[in-house]
Amino acid sequence: MTTTKRAFLQGIRDSLPFIVVVAPFAMLFGVVATEAGLSPLQTFGFSVAVIAGAAQFAAVQLMADNAPLLIIVATALAVNLRMAMYSASIAPYLRGVPFWQRAFMSYVLVDQSYAIGLLKYETEPNLIPPARVAYFVGTMVLNMPLWYGGTLVGALLGNRIPQDYALDFAVPITFLALVGPMLKTAAHVAAAFTSVALTLALSFLPYNLGLIVAALVAMMVGAQVELMVERRRA
Amino acid sequence: MNMSDAEIWTVIALVAIGTYLIRFSFIGLIGDRDLPAWVLRHLRYTPVAVLPGLVAPLVLWPEATGGNPDLPRLMAAVVTVLLGVMFKNLLLAIFGGGATLFVMLQLMA
Repeated sequence: MTTTKRAFLQGIRDSLPFIVVVAPFAMLFGVVATEAGLSPLQTFGFSVAVIAGAAQFAAVQLMADNAPLLIIVATALAVNLRMAMYSASIAPYLRGVPFWQRAFMSYVLVDQSYAIGLLKYETEPNLIPPARVAYFVGTMVLNMPLWYGGTLVGALLGNRIPQDYALDFAVPITFLALVGPMLKTAAHVAAAFTSVALTLALSFLPYNLGLIVAALVAMMVGAQVELMVERRRA
Repeated sequence: MNMSDAEIWTVIALVAIGTYLIRFSFIGLIGDRDLPAWVLRHLRYTPVAVLPGLVAPLVLWPEATGGNPDLPRLMAAVVTVLLGVMFKNLLLAIFGGGATLFVMLQLMA
């Protein structure tokens, strides 16, 4: 077996633990989005075009709240800004990879492929570029169709669930479940608390602007706390 | 929701294009140049800066209760966060929180 082919299969194998999460999470998005008023086709299209659960949930929640279009887009993109960091940290490993392959890898750059991919590149620095691409694509080869398919199944089921079935709280629970594992350091906790406190304090502002302001301040608080902790260690 | 089909598709298209450009930014265009440390330091906190704020009003003032704080939803939120922090497991936290909400709603009904 060639190095590239082996890397591809390793990528698939290393992505298996995430599959358990992706399918039900995708179905939940399908249900919630159709409950909010999106058609099954729109819900499916959203998952295919974006592949970013948290941002999709955020957009759908704000759509249901009748927020203005630009605020919805800005908030969803703010949730995805972390991917600029992923892109920056993975780029040095992709020198010499053809442009069209990097273009496709960008489409499937999600939390999981980034985390598994970077670990692989760091632990095996001598991997040739085609094997790096193959491994990365391998991590998404099952995840991607599951994300699409799960969304579609959820969207078709969602249309049949009565509107008043206490699903109003599915989105908050999903977000809180995403946030819990992110609270890794004092800086993350400080950013999260700032975000909550300021959003509530600024809830009188129109168009969910309070959230945008709170998020910007919370990012700065996180960065400052990180610096403080580093200085104390030094 | 009072959005038209065209508006919904516009949101989807803009989020898709924006998200792709964010992902493509360094992999595709800037390539070999590294981001300044202070930018990375801020980007690291985007998810924890956005998601808790987004969810806070939904937890405290749920629309389903006319905006009044509601014990079952508050407890479900606390259980979800605690499970997430303790076990770092997304599905466990979602199902634990959902089960808490279900049981509490039954008890209070």
